[in-house]
Amino acid sequence: MCQCNCEEPKSNEALELEKVYVKYEGKKGALIPVLQAAQDIYGYLPAEVLKDISARLRIPVSKIYGVVTFYAQFHLNPRGRNIVRVCLGTACHVRGGAKIAEAVTKAIGIKDGETTEDLRYTFESVACLGACGLAPVMMVNDETHGRLTPDKIAALLEKYE
Amino acid sequence: MQLYRGHVLVCGGTGCVSSGSKKIQEVMANELTKQNLDKEIKLVETGCHGFCEMGPIVIVYPEGTFYCQVQVDDIAEIVSEHLLKGRIVQRLLFKAPVTEEQVPSYKDIAFYKKQHRVVLRNCGHIDPEHIQEYIAREGYEGLAKVLTTMTPQQVVDEMKKSGLRGRGGGGFPTGLKWEFASKSPGPKKYIICNADEGDPGAFMDRSVLEGDPHSLLEGMLIGAYAIGADEGYIYVRAEYPLAIKRLKVAIAQAEELGLLGDNIMGTEFSCQLHIKEGAGAFVCGEETALMASIEGSRGMPNPRPPFPAVKGLWEKPSNINNVETYANVPVIFLNGADQFATLGTEKSKGTKVFALTGKLRNTGLAEVPMGIALREIIFEIGGGIMDDKKFKAVQIGGPSGGCIPEQHLDTPVDYDSLIALGAMMGSGGLVVMDETSCMVDVARFFLNFTQKESCGKCTPCREGTKRMLEILQKICDGKGVPEDITTLETLGAVIKNTALCGLGQTAPNPVLATLRYFRHEYEAHINDKKCPAGVCSALLEYKIVADNCKGCGACARVCPAGAITGEKKEPHEIDTSKCIKCGSCIEKCKFNAIVKG
Amino acid sequence: MVIKSFEDLKRLKEEAKALTGIRAGQGVEIIVGMGTCGIAAGAREVMSAILEELNKRELSDVRVTQTGCIGMCEKEVLVDVVRPGEKRITYGNVQPQDVSRIFSSHVINGQIVEDIVVAKLD
Repeated sequence: MCQCNCEEPKSNEALELEKVYVKYEGKKGALIPVLQAAQDIYGYLPAEVLKDISARLRIPVSKIYGVVTFYAQFHLNPRGRNIVRVCLGTACHVRGGAKIAEAVTKAIGIKDGETTEDLRYTFESVACLGACGLAPVMMVNDETHGRLTPDKIAALLEKYE
Repeated sequence: MQLYRGHVLVCGGTGCVSSGSKKIQEVMANELTKQNLDKEIKLVETGCHGFCEMGPIVIVYPEGTFYCQVQVDDIAEIVSEHLLKGRIVQRLLFKAPVTEEQVPSYKDIAFYKKQHRVVLRNCGHIDPEHIQEYIAREGYEGLAKVLTTMTPQQVVDEMKKSGLRGRGGGGFPTGLKWEFASKSPGPKKYIICNADEGDPGAFMDRSVLEGDPHSLLEGMLIGAYAIGADEGYIYVRAEYPLAIKRLKVAIAQAEELGLLGDNIMGTEFSCQLHIKEGAGAFVCGEETALMASIEGSRGMPNPRPPFPAVKGLWEKPSNINNVETYANVPVIFLNGADQFATLGTEKSKGTKVFALTGKLRNTGLAEVPMGIALREIIFEIGGGIMDDKKFKAVQIGGPSGGCIPEQHLDTPVDYDSLIALGAMMGSGGLVVMDETSCMVDVARFFLNFTQKESCGKCTPCREGTKRMLEILQKICDGKGVPEDITTLETLGAVIKNTALCGLGQTAPNPVLATLRYFRHEYEAHINDKKCPAGVCSALLEYKIVADNCKGCGACARVCPAGAITGEKKEPHEIDTSKCIKCGSCIEKCKFNAIVKG
Repeated sequence: MVIKSFEDLKRLKEEAKALTGIRAGQGVEIIVGMGTCGIAAGAREVMSAILEELNKRELSDVRVTQTGCIGMCEKEVLVDVVRPGEKRITYGNVQPQDVSRIFSSHVINGQIVEDIVVAKLD
């Protein structure tokens, strides 16, 4: 390896990712956990990172791209600081989940799958959060909110900076 | 060892956490310290009690008092009245839905009384993050018995004798599955748990993972011993962060006690278990797709044979069951297969956990013996329909299942009777619908789900579900033609027979089942351009009943389209050409003066 | 600790049961009068003494509950002891120093401490 220190200093993120590589080195089935960890570090999966993962895990970028686009969890574009997940599962559907989704759109001005320009919110619909007893529900980041009505939404979202 | 005179159990399941139980624990701890009770009363965080509707739930022992919908402001009263002076706080007790009678104890609430908890035996009663509490309730004794007194073949035989069938949906006999994997040659085999509970409306696996993770680990270890596996994976949905956290704690604690890892309980048997977080794809609930996902590929199913028992994860023989199935296993070995088989019907033994949701008074998890009538589950445990509306159908088995109407509610529930009715057990989601649910809309909802989740590998599922969805959309929009019904039936039959995996093969079920029992609703949409339940907005018209309208103007103020006009204190009118059918006016009207139809 | 045998597991279970025993609802019940009068007469101190005794003797199957005023205020602090299948014995004017003998003779050995009994109920 070159010893001349001409390499650009590594960013904090890259150093974090380095630890992930060490952890999964030589392990079978490492791709998905590495992608999950990389997304935790960067917030999404930038193209550069995918190339880096490809080189380190010796998996073609085409295969990685295939995996990333297959799973709902992976994102190729920057995401909002607050992830708003509105449940449109069966139980929420029969108890008015669609009205909650409309209220979210009204409150923050974006549709399902979009991110606000200031990167404050990303809005996603999901099929079930497993809190059906409290339908309709929505999750903001890791907090689940149940027994919602459309008029509660704006104030609730306002709390997330 | 510190003994306490009282235990306060606060539910820490996802349902109760979202209704504020974390804050309750915090305030309770402060209050106990303030009143000098922290050395006398122990605060315990438990997993889900399954009665999420009533959350946050707080139970006080030794009395076993069941407090529900507890708010932060109630804590001081519980501490100073109940914990200090021994006076139960009456107003926080559960009230029976019809009689309004207050029910002080857990055991006497109708929702629990009718249940028979085997899988959920510990949920809500133990602290899932303390292995000792699991061990106190006979935990790991089934495994100890297996490892010290039984050969792998005897374990397989006992499993077959128990009659346990897979709880993930298909209902394949578990003992037989284990036998196939045990007979496959090779030193390397895997034991896998499918904890990718993706059926919308089902959350029993989450409840076990959060509330009693060790019962899953114990079940998997017994399975590993039976088939000869020394390594295993638990594939959990990433949407269940709390479940993942509790599993990690459980694995670490079991390893520390020598109940997991090398030379378990001092025997020759060793087994490692790993957690794999799913990445969000419903099809990964299919066993071959799940294994592809663990391997780090796109989670697409593969044709069977070869079955996983022959060639599974990394081409090694593997056995895969779901959470509920494994959670039954310790009980079978603790009390014996014969004891287990006393519950249930001839071909479906044991209990099944149902997730009761939808338009019910009591929603939550209900574990009942197989063979109980749906009517009993819905009207006795579930307390009947909300707001005294009329029952219309119960959707059972999620996106692979079907809707069952009133006339079949007395059928005893087991794997085979449900298939005969055009539904299936699935994972056990029961979504109850009343007269305000439109069956065409429900069918469209499920098909929209499976269509989105279709992985695209086989044509019948990828293209077929798309075409069916388009037809259903057309019908809901009022553009359906009479031939659509036959086209749906033909397409449905073709997909059922030709799709590659379980997801595709069962995708048409919601449509076919609603066509079987609610054909008249389809016909009303197509022929009369009417939605009898008043759901499909393209087929509705909003009207104000002049006699009921007081002219308060609330509807006009809320209408986003400016379609409502009228003089103050005079009946208002809706301009149907401007109306966008959002329904805001109906919600605002206090006099039931607005109708749709 | 590492579990090396079935016996190890059973031992751990007995220990663990002591921690969760009160949720099973069996064994001897001790009821302390915790009305205003009881507390004024020193029920909290008696309660502390009871818990100390429980811990000292590692009695995990004894349930301690409280009750409100039962109308014998001048006899407070009142402590009831109920052994499964036996009469409910009410002790009156209980002082913290009486607790130890209530335990050693009645709770554990079933011998009623006659000199401080105020009532016996079926």
